[in-house]
Amino acid sequence: MNRANRILPVYTGDVSGACSALFELGGMVVIHDPSGCNSTYNTHDETRWYDHDSLIFISGLVEKDAILGNDNKLVQDVVDAALELHPRFVALCNSPIPFITGTDFAAICRIIERKTGIPCFYVRTNGMHDYVVGVGGAWNALAERFVTPQERQPNSLNILGMTPLDFVEQGAVETVRSFATDAGYEIVSCWAMGSTLDNLAQAARASVNLVVSATGIPVAKELRRRFGTPYVVGTPVGGFMDELLASLRFSEQTGECSWPCRDARAASMDGAYCVVGEPVAAGSRAAAIERESGVAVRVVCPLEADDELLTAGDVCVFGEEEVEQALKNAMFVLADAFYGPVCPAQAHLEPWPHLAFSGRNSLGQRSA
Amino acid sequence: MLKRLGLSATTAGQTTSAALFPSKLEFNPPAHGVWNIVHVGMLVPEAHQIYVCAINCMRGVTLTAAEMGASNRFSCVVLKEEDITRGTVEKVTLEGIAEVLRKLADRGDLPPCVIVFPVCTHHFLGVRMSRVYRELEREFPTVDFVRAFMDPIMKRRLSPDQRLRKAMFDPLRSCDADGHLVAFLGSDFALADDCELRELLQEGGFRLRELQDCTTYAEYRTLAQAGLFVATYPNARYGIEKLAARLGRPFLYLPSCFSYAQIQEQYQQLCDTLGMSLPDFTYEIARCEESLTALKELVGDTPIVIDASFHPRPLGLARLLCEHGFAVTEVYLDGINPEEEDDLVWLRENAPEVLLSSIVLPELRVATRTRDQKVLALGQKAVWFTGTSHFVNVVEGGGLWGFAGICAVASLMDEAWSAPKDVRDLIPRKGLGCASCF
Repeated sequence: MNRANRILPVYTGDVSGACSALFELGGMVVIHDPSGCNSTYNTHDETRWYDHDSLIFISGLVEKDAILGNDNKLVQDVVDAALELHPRFVALCNSPIPFITGTDFAAICRIIERKTGIPCFYVRTNGMHDYVVGVGGAWNALAERFVTPQERQPNSLNILGMTPLDFVEQGAVETVRSFATDAGYEIVSCWAMGSTLDNLAQAARASVNLVVSATGIPVAKELRRRFGTPYVVGTPVGGFMDELLASLRFSEQTGECSWPCRDARAASMDGAYCVVGEPVAAGSRAAAIERESGVAVRVVCPLEADDELLTAGDVCVFGEEEVEQALKNAMFVLADAFYGPVCPAQAHLEPWPHLAFSGRNSLGQRSA
Repeated sequence: MLKRLGLSATTAGQTTSAALFPSKLEFNPPAHGVWNIVHVGMLVPEAHQIYVCAINCMRGVTLTAAEMGASNRFSCVVLKEEDITRGTVEKVTLEGIAEVLRKLADRGDLPPCVIVFPVCTHHFLGVRMSRVYRELEREFPTVDFVRAFMDPIMKRRLSPDQRLRKAMFDPLRSCDADGHLVAFLGSDFALADDCELRELLQEGGFRLRELQDCTTYAEYRTLAQAGLFVATYPNARYGIEKLAARLGRPFLYLPSCFSYAQIQEQYQQLCDTLGMSLPDFTYEIARCEESLTALKELVGDTPIVIDASFHPRPLGLARLLCEHGFAVTEVYLDGINPEEEDDLVWLRENAPEVLLSSIVLPELRVATRTRDQKVLALGQKAVWFTGTSHFVNVVEGGGLWGFAGICAVASLMDEAWSAPKDVRDLIPRKGLGCASCF
C-alpha cells in the first residue's frame, strides 16, 4: 500500500492550487466545502495575503444541504457576494463531498452567470489531486474563457506555470523574467504572478510560450491547440540556461515544441544522484547539474505530472514508501529538507525548499 | 474610516438576536494563533495522531504538526478518487492505519495511544469505523485508540473540537478517587501561575493537576484519580462533564469570565464542593480596580477593539472595560455565546454604540484595514482588521482565570499600549503557545 505516510507531509492539493493560480487576477474564487476548510490554503499555501488582497471564499457547505442537494444556497450566496464585490470573474471549485454527491457545477455556473452578468466557470477539482492538477485546470478554464485571437508578435513570450507554490524563493520570479527580457523577449503575460487578467487575455500575441513548471503544461497545450503557439518546457537555472534559450529560439523559428528539461539530459539508471520535486524545475536542475559535474541525475517526481516530462531513468512516485524506494541507492539528493527522514543514511541531502511541500517551513530553509 | 458594507456589522444597541449575521460565503483572516484539533490532540503526551482523508484536507493538519516540530507524532493515510469510485475507503482506512502502526512498531516506536481522525467522507460513504477500530484493537492490543473526527460538514450539536475534547479523555479508566486531587481540564492553556485559585487550593490541602502538567502517558492516565473535575473552557464542558459522570466524580463548570460577582459565585461553588469556606476577596477585587484605573489613566480614550479569538467571553470583557470608562469601539465575533446574553443586554443599554462585526463575511475581505488613530487590539483577528501593532497577543483566554486573570489582562493591555509588536511575525504563527518552527 502506498497511501500511508508515517512522517512525510502531503503536497498542496488541487483546490489550493486553483486558488493560488487565480489569486492575483481580480476574480472571485469560491470553494464549495465546509466552513473552515479554506484555512489550509490560507495558512499554508498562500504567502501573499499581507501584500495583496484576493476574493477567495468558502461556501460553508453543511451536511443537510449536501444530502438534500440544496444548491440554491450556494447560488444565492455567490450571487450576493459577486454583486457586492464586482469581481472580474467567478470560479467555483469542487471538493470531496460535492464530488461524491455529484453536484452539477456547470449548471450552477450558468445560473450564476445569468444572474450576475459576470463570467463564471468551474475548475475541475475534488480535493483528491495535487496542486499541479488544480493550477493547470484553473488556467485552462481561464484561457478557454478569456484568451482571444491576436496577431502574433515576434520575440514575445508568455511565462506559463508560475505560482508561489513553486516560485517562492527570493528572486525566483525575477530570475525567470530577467532570463526572458535579457534574451530580447517581450513578456506578454506571466501565468500568473505580476500580470493582470487583461495581460493574460493577450496571451495569443506571444510567439512562443515558456513553461516553467508542470502546472503550465495544460494551458500551453490549450494555447497550442487554439493558436498554434509552440511551447518550450524548462526553468532557467545555472548551466541549463543556454540550452533553454536555444530551445526557445528553435521553437519560435520552427513552430515545434521542445522539452529541454527532459531532452537535455541523460537517463540515470542507477539513481545515485537524485532531484526530488516538481518535474520541470527538477529536470532543469538535473540538467544543470549534469552540465556542471558530468553525472546523470534521476528526477523523482512525487506529483501528478505528465509522463512526457520524464526520461527513462526518472520515476513517478506516490507516497512515502515509493519515495524511499526511489532514493534507496542515492548518494546525493537535492530535495526539500522535509525529505530528510526518508533519505538513505549514505545520502547527502542538499536542501531545495518547496512551498508546495513543506509550506511555510520552506521559507526558513537554506536553498542549495 | 472603516468601510462598512452589507450585513457584516451591527451595533450593540440594535442587536436583538443571538444570530448576529446571516450564513453566507466566508473568508479566513490570515491570523492563525487559535489552536486547531492537531494542537489540541498533541496535549495528550506520547499520543500519535493519524488522519485519513483526501490530500487537500490533509495538507493543513500535516503541516500544523510539521510547524510544531511534531511530525514524528503525526501520520496520514491519503484517500484517492479511486477509493470513492471503487468503494475501498474502509479498506484503505484500516490497512493504512495498520501499516503506519506496523512501521512504528518496527522502529520500536509503537505509541501507547493513537488518536484517529476519519473525515466527512467516512460519514457520507457509510464507512464502518466500529469495524476498523475492532480490527485495529485486535492487532494492536496495547494501544488505546481514541475515536476522533475531522468532519466540519456535520453541523450538529457538537463541533469536532468539542468531540475531540471528550474523546481525548476516553482512555482515562475508572480507579479510586483521590479526594485531595482536583483536575482542571479542557483548556488549551494551563492556569496562570499567579492565579489565586492555586493558592486557595493549596491552603485547603488540595492539589491541582492539569493535562499540561503531564509529560508521559502514564502521568496522563493518573488524571483519572481526581476527586473533582473542573472544566474552564466552553468547548470542553461537554467532554469533561461526560468524563466525570463516567468515573462517578463531581463536576464543575467554571468558565473564565470578567465579572467580579460571577467569579465569586464560581469560588463559592468550588468551596462548597470541596468543603472549604469562601475566602474574602476584597483585596483581589481592589487589585483589579487599581489595575484598571491605572490602565485607564494610561490609555485614556484610545479606541479598544476586541475579537472572539482573544477570549470566549468578548462581550463580558467589553462590558468590564466599558464599566471602567474605556472606549471599546468594536467587537469582532460571529455569534453570541449564550453565556454572554446578560453582557449583551448590558451593552445594549449602556454602550449601544459598540460595533459588533463579523469575522468571516465577504464584505470584510475588502474592508479598510487601517484606522486613523492609535488602536489597542485584544486578539489577533482584531489586529488584522484594524492594522494596529499595539495588541495583546492572547488566544482562547490564554489560561487567564479569576481575579488574577483580570489583573493580567490589564497588565497585558498596558504593555501592548506602550510598545508595538511585529504583526507579520506574530499573528501568522499557528497555535499560539505551541512550539513553532515557523
